[in-house]
Amino acid sequence: MPDAGLVTAPPVVAPPEGAPLLPLKVRDLGLNLGGATVLKGLSFDLGPGGCTVIMGPNGAGKSLLLKLLHGLMAPTSGRIDWAGQAPAAVTARQALVFQTPVLLRRSVAANLDFVLRARGTGRGMGRAMRRARRDALLAHVGLAHKAAQPARLLSGGEAQRLALARALATDPQVLLLDEPTASLDPASVLAIERIVAEARERGVRVVFVTHDVGQARRMADDVIFLHRGGVAEHAAAARFFPRPDSRAARDFLDGRIVV
Amino acid sequence: MQDLGDAFALAFQLVLSADADLIEIVGLSMRVSLSATAIACLIGLPLGALVATGRFRGRGVIVVVMNALMGLPPVVVGLLVYLHLSRSGPLGFLGLLYTPTAMIIAQTILITPIVAALSRQVLEDLHGEYAEQFRSLCLNRWQTVRALLWDARYSLLTVGLAGFGRAVAEVGAVIIVGGNIDHLTRVMTTAIALETSKGDLALALALGLVLLAIALGVNAAVQTLRLTAARQAYA
Repeated sequence: MPDAGLVTAPPVVAPPEGAPLLPLKVRDLGLNLGGATVLKGLSFDLGPGGCTVIMGPNGAGKSLLLKLLHGLMAPTSGRIDWAGQAPAAVTARQALVFQTPVLLRRSVAANLDFVLRARGTGRGMGRAMRRARRDALLAHVGLAHKAAQPARLLSGGEAQRLALARALATDPQVLLLDEPTASLDPASVLAIERIVAEARERGVRVVFVTHDVGQARRMADDVIFLHRGGVAEHAAAARFFPRPDSRAARDFLDGRIVV
Repeated sequence: MQDLGDAFALAFQLVLSADADLIEIVGLSMRVSLSATAIACLIGLPLGALVATGRFRGRGVIVVVMNALMGLPPVVVGLLVYLHLSRSGPLGFLGLLYTPTAMIIAQTILITPIVAALSRQVLEDLHGEYAEQFRSLCLNRWQTVRALLWDARYSLLTVGLAGFGRAVAEVGAVIIVGGNIDHLTRVMTTAIALETSKGDLALALALGLVLLAIALGVNAAVQTLRLTAARQAYA
């Protein structure tokens, strides 16, 4: 039994492994729900590396698009191609952080243990190494001091950081985030942005849904602006924020109601 | 009212004097009902979990049947077990009739549908909450079932308690397959039935009060555990 104190923790965010998932090609994507068309004719490409921010007014289909990319839903029409593979075939190589984190009725540490064991990312490490990885992840998201506490007693920001740690524990190539900072205080928002930025720097491709224009400016390398279920604009952040092409995006950035 | 007063007095007297017969009857009641509850949980909880997480043809029919079986008449179960375990029955060679084992079998058959149906409902609700996250984590069916059973453990205690309550209070099936034999298969409910038929209402009521006290004690213990878990956000 190795001494846990002598174990060197594996990297918090492991370099992506396996065949690359990028580039992503989305072509003429459509989705009908309950007889209503919620997404139609979406086409865009994403290259490797960086952070794509998906923006748009409520009901534009941002969260549904993330679920389609992650393989949790099947489109009604069109195609999603992760370097030649369908989304459902590559779900395990991505991680999705939901707007409202779903945490198990266990301690903070047990929530991470569960993922490390279930996904096999902790397999072959041995118990001490897995524990070291867990502790490193908790320290990385600033929750080491809460390891033994029930996860469901965490504040909103802490719960979302635990959800992020859980996502990173799966060693994803692509990190999908669905408004992870909605309703959080500024300090929690910045903490989550820091964790996401560090993951991006280590080679994890980030796709981030947000309503927050300031956050989008801080995070985005490129922006996809959705409006009425379609892509109104896809541009580099440096061009999108000062000079958006579409009227809907201009209105959105200026704080006007977009319908 | 005289009987009730006598019953209380007799109940206290029996308990305080650690009456050997009473201890034997209570012990056998607990052994039979707890064994049946444990076996019913071993079968019913995974069954409930599989139906809760499964999407397959005929699932609706299975749910209806599981729910309907919660109302199994004990005497019918007792009769069926009796027919199977009697000397001329298919399992007669086992020689189990009029033994505590036969009583455990009958009670297990009675309460397994209760455990399965109630746990199915509890786990289906929890699965509704976890399903999308679990799909995102690419968990397989086995991992999903195990996680649900563990996370719902405090709610499932109540399910087990419902099964235990039915078992310990049941008389129809155990009297048929156990025979109410003194020092062998006499449990609290069959003893109450016997004393009532003999006209010794005070002793019957006293035994009933002891049974009620045990049921209250077990319920209080489980409720305390659940409340503690709820305070710690684990329930």
